[in-house]
Amino acid sequence: MEHIVIIGNGISGVTVARHIRKNSDKKITIVSAETDHFFSRTALMYIYMGHMKYEHTKPYEDYFWKKNRIELKRGYVKTVETKSKTLHFEEGDTLQYDKLVIATGSKPNKFGWPGQDLEGAQGLYSKQDLDNLERNAPNNKVCKRAVIVGGGLIGIELAEMLNSRNIPVTFLVRENSFWNGVLPEGESAMINRHIQNHHIDLRLGFNLKEIKADENGRVKSIVITETGEEIDCNVVGLTAGVSPNISFIKESEIETNRGVLVNRHLETNIKDVYAIGDCAEQRDSGIGQRRPIEAVWYTGRMMGETLAQTICDNKTEYKPGHWFNSAKFLDIEYQTYGWVFAKPRENEAHFHWKHEDDTKCITVCYDTTNNKFLGINTFGIRMRHEVFDKWLTEARDIDYVINNLPEANFDPEFYKHFEKDILSAYNNNLQTA
Amino acid sequence: MSNKLNHSMSLAKPDVQDISTKQKIALATGLVGLLILILAFFNVNFPNRAVFLTLALSLITAGTVVYSRDAYLTKLEGIKNDGVWFKSISSRGAMGWALGVFLTAFYIVLYFYAELLGAGQGANGTNTGLIALFDPLSNLLSGRDASQWFVYGTLYTVAIAAFGYKFILKYRHNKYQQIRTVSVIFFQLGFAYLIPEFMHVMNSDLPYYDLKSVWPLNYYLFQDYHLNQFLSAGNIGTTLIIFGIVSTLVITPILTYKYGKRWYCSWVCGCGGLAETAGDSFRQLSSKKMSSWKLERWLIHAVLVFSVIMTVGVVSSFLKGGWVDGVFVEGNYWLSNEAFLTSVGLFLTVIFAGVMIFKRSELGKDALYGAIGYALVILSLFVVYFTGTNEEIFFVNSGTLKSAYGFYIGSIFSGVIGTGFYPILGNRSWCRFGCPMAAILGFQQRMLSKFRITTNGGQCISCGNCSNSCEMGIDVRHYAQKGENIVRSSCVGCGVCSAVCPRGVLKLENDSMDGRINPTEVLLGNDVNLMDLLNQK
Ligand SMILES: Cc1cc2nc3c(=O)[nH]c(=O)nc-3n(C[C@H](O)[C@H](O)[C@H](O)COP(=O)(O)OP(=O)(O)OC[C@H]3O[C@@H](n4cnc5c(N)ncnc54)[C@H](O)[C@@H]3O)c2cc1C
Ligand code: SF4
Ligand code: SF4
Repeated sequence: MEHIVIIGNGISGVTVARHIRKNSDKKITIVSAETDHFFSRTALMYIYMGHMKYEHTKPYEDYFWKKNRIELKRGYVKTVETKSKTLHFEEGDTLQYDKLVIATGSKPNKFGWPGQDLEGAQGLYSKQDLDNLERNAPNNKVCKRAVIVGGGLIGIELAEMLNSRNIPVTFLVRENSFWNGVLPEGESAMINRHIQNHHIDLRLGFNLKEIKADENGRVKSIVITETGEEIDCNVVGLTAGVSPNISFIKESEIETNRGVLVNRHLETNIKDVYAIGDCAEQRDSGIGQRRPIEAVWYTGRMMGETLAQTICDNKTEYKPGHWFNSAKFLDIEYQTYGWVFAKPRENEAHFHWKHEDDTKCITVCYDTTNNKFLGINTFGIRMRHEVFDKWLTEARDIDYVINNLPEANFDPEFYKHFEKDILSAYNNNLQTA
Repeated sequence: MSNKLNHSMSLAKPDVQDISTKQKIALATGLVGLLILILAFFNVNFPNRAVFLTLALSLITAGTVVYSRDAYLTKLEGIKNDGVWFKSISSRGAMGWALGVFLTAFYIVLYFYAELLGAGQGANGTNTGLIALFDPLSNLLSGRDASQWFVYGTLYTVAIAAFGYKFILKYRHNKYQQIRTVSVIFFQLGFAYLIPEFMHVMNSDLPYYDLKSVWPLNYYLFQDYHLNQFLSAGNIGTTLIIFGIVSTLVITPILTYKYGKRWYCSWVCGCGGLAETAGDSFRQLSSKKMSSWKLERWLIHAVLVFSVIMTVGVVSSFLKGGWVDGVFVEGNYWLSNEAFLTSVGLFLTVIFAGVMIFKRSELGKDALYGAIGYALVILSLFVVYFTGTNEEIFFVNSGTLKSAYGFYIGSIFSGVIGTGFYPILGNRSWCRFGCPMAAILGFQQRMLSKFRITTNGGQCISCGNCSNSCEMGIDVRHYAQKGENIVRSSCVGCGVCSAVCPRGVLKLENDSMDGRINPTEVLLGNDVNLMDLLNQK
C-alpha cells in the first residue's frame, strides 16, 4: 500500500489527508511537532481571551483520526532525504514515505532587532507561543504593559487579546496608517480610530529600534527608532508578518526560495514530493493577481483539496477561483471579494461609502474603461460569498452591483440595511464625478 | 500546557476578569434581595409582607440591571465572551457547582416538599414562610392566596425579565437577539404569568392554562381532570380545549414550516425563555460530542413516543367514561373512543407514509428507528383499546401512570435536571434531551420547513466559536467548515452561533426548500471545474 506522509497537521495537511482518505485506501501519516491533534490556529486568540478552551479549537474529535485510519505522529522532522525517501526526526527515528507532502506552515518574522530573543519577546503563531503568552502575560500585574510591533492581522489580534485582560497595549505600526499596504485609506483610517476607541495606544509611523533587558534577561523596555523614546514593558509581541517554516529542508535537494517552490500542480522539483499551504511558493509567479506565497487559511485548504486529487490519480492543477478573505478588527468584521488594492491601479477607481457611526464602510473597485466590477471590501456589513463569486464570474459592472446589493446582504435578520444609503451616495458620486 | 485550564476548578479567585466596584455593589444589592427571600423561607416573619416582597424583588432586579449596565455599557458594542471559560460560575468551577446544587435543591423542595416553603402550614390552612411572603401579590392579581406555583411563576418571570434585560445589553448590536428577547419576556409576563391569573378572576372554574404552552409540552392539557375542569367551565372551557387542539395540529405546523421551530423555542416558550436569559451564561457548557448527539436522539424520541402513547391512553380512558359518585358513567361525547383511536392511527400512518415516500433518502439509517417508533405507537393503540379498562392503562393504574409521567418528565427532567443543572450541563438540556414538543417541532424542522442556517461559501476558518456557543450542543462548525448549511432538528434558532462568528459565516433564514441541504465536497472559492466535478457526484 502506498504510504503518504504529510509533514504538518495544519489546515492544509489535514485537508489533503481527509480528501485522500475519501478517495482512496492509501496509508496516511501526518507528522507534527506542535500538537497531537489538529487545532484551529485562527482560534488561538479565543483561548487566551477565555471564549474557548484549547479542546474546543479542535475541529475533529480525537477518535476521528483512528476511525479514518489517519496515523498521527508527533515529532520534529530534522532532515528529508529524498533519494531514499526517508524522514529523519530530531528524536532520532526515521520514517519512510512513498509520497511526501510538505505542509509546514509559517513562522513569525524577526528582523534582527537587538533583544528579539529575550524572555518576554515573542511571536504569536503556534500553540507554544500561546502557552508562552499565558506565562508572560497572565494578567496586568505580571505584565504591566505590552508593546506590539507590526500592524497586521496577527498584531491586531494580539492587541485585542491583551486588551481583554486589561493589559495596557502600545501598538507600534511602521506604516502611517493601520494595514494601509492592503486597505484603502478610508478603511484604514476608520480602523485606526476603532483601535484608539478601545484605548489601545496606537503609534503610527514608528519602528522598533531595540528591546532592552533587565538583570534577569527579561524584557524591560523598548526603544523607538524615530524618537528614541523608551517604553517600559514586560512583553513585546513581534507580529511583523510571517514567512515559510522550511529551514529544515534547506539542506535537502528540494528546491526552495522563500518557500518551497512548486508548479501549478503543487509538485516540487523532486518527484513524489509536494508542498501546500503557507510554506508553498508558486514557481513562476502568483496565480492571477495572487502572491506567490499565500499565507491564508482558505488557500491552504484549497491546495489540500486539489492535491488530494492529484495524489489519487486525478491529476489536477491548482486553480483557485475568485479571491476572497476575511478578518475581524476588534469589533469590526471585514470581508473581501475580488480585488481591491490599497490604491487604485491604472484604469481603476474606488467608490467608498462610510456610515456615520464610523464602524461600517464599503469600498468597491471598478475598471474605469468599462465600469467592470473588480472587487469589494466590506466592513461591519456581512455579504454573501456566493453572490459576489457569481457577479465576478459574470463580469458584472459596478452599476449592477450597487443596484443589486440587497441580494448580497448576509447580515442577521432584522438588521438595519444600508443599501439605499449606499446607492444614493453612489448616484451623487456619479453626478459630481 | 497552558496553566489556565484548571483554574476554574479551584476555589481561588480566577486571576483575570476582576469585576468592578460598581458590579460588586450591584451583586451585593441583588444578594440582599435574595436574602430576604431566604429569611422568609426560614420563617422569619416580616411585618409588612407587601413591602418586603416588593423590596426583595426590586433589589434583585435592580442588582441585575446595574450589574449589566456596568458590564456592557462601559464597553463598545460587540461580542462579550471574555473570560467565560475562566470564571468559576460559567466553567463548571466551584461556584458553578454551588449554584447547581442550590438550584437543584430549590426544585426538589418546590416539587416534593412544598410544605417547607410554607404552603398551607399556618392556621386554617393559610400560608407561612416564603409562600406567605407572596400572598399580597397573589391577592392583588387574582384575589387568592399564593401557592408554591405562584411563587415559582413570579420568580421565573422576574428572572426572565431581569436577565433578559442583561441579554439585550450584551447583544445591543444585534437586533435579532434583542427582538426575540423582548418577545420571550412578553410571552412569559403576559401569557404564562398574568393572563392565567386574570382568567381565574373572570372564571374561577377554569384550570390554570398558559395559552402559549402547547401540547405535548403541556403534558397535562388532555388529562381527564383537566378536561373535566374545562368542560365544567362552559363555553369558554370548550373554546380553550379547541384552541389547545388547534394550536397543536394547525398553528404549530404552519409556523414551523415558515420559520422553523425557533418561532416557539426561542421566541415564545417559557422554558426556552429562561434558558436564553438566566441561562445564557451557561450555553457553552452543552456537550458537542457525537456521543451526546446519539444519546439525545434516543432520549428525546423516547420521550416523544411515551408522551404520545400516554396522551392517547389518557384521552381514550376519558372518552370511555368516568366514575361519578361511585357509579361508572359511560362516556357520551360526540367523539367515541373507537373513532378517536382509529383517527390517531390513521393520522400517524399518513405522516409515516409521507415521510417514508418523500424523505426516505434523507433519513438513511434513521428510517429504521422511525419505523420502530411508529410500530410501537400503533401497537400501543391496540393495547389501549383491548386492555384499557376504566382505571387501567397498560394494566397499570392510570392514576399512577399519569403521576409517574408528570413526575419524571414534568419535574425531574424539566425542573431538576433541566434548570437545576444549568451550570453543569448547559442551559438547554431539557430542551435537548427531554422535551417532547422540541422533538415534534424538530422533526418537522428537519423534514418540512423553510428554515436553515446558511453557510457563507468558503469563509469559515474552523475557529469553533459557533459550536462553543451552541446551547443545543450542535457542532455547527462541522457543517460550516464543509460549506454546508445547517439543517438540524434540534436547532432552536437562537442565532447566537451567527452572532459570535468572527467571519460572518452563518445566517439564519427562511428560504425555499430547494437546495436547503447542500452537502459539498469542495468549497466555494476553489477551481470551478473541480467543484463541479466533485460536487455533482
Ligand atoms: C493568530 C493567527 C490568526 C490567523 N487568522 C487567520 C484568519 O483569520 N484567516 C486566515 O485566512 N488566516 C489566518 N491565519 C493564517 C492561517 O492560520 C494560516 O495560513 C494557516 O494556518 C496555514 O496552514 P498550514 O496548514 O499551511 O500550516 P500550519 O497551520 O502552520 O501547520 C504547519 C504545522 O507543521 C508543523 N511543522 C512545521 N515544521 C515541522 C517539522 N520540521 N516537523 C514537524 N512538524 C513541523 C508546525 O508545527 C505546524 O503544526 C492566522 C494565523 C495566526 C497565527
Ligand atoms: S445552531 Fe445556532 S441558532 Fe441553532 S441552536 Fe445552535 S447556536 Fe442557536
Ligand atoms: S462558522 Fe464562524 S464561528 Fe463557526 S467555525 Fe466557522 S468561522 Fe468559526
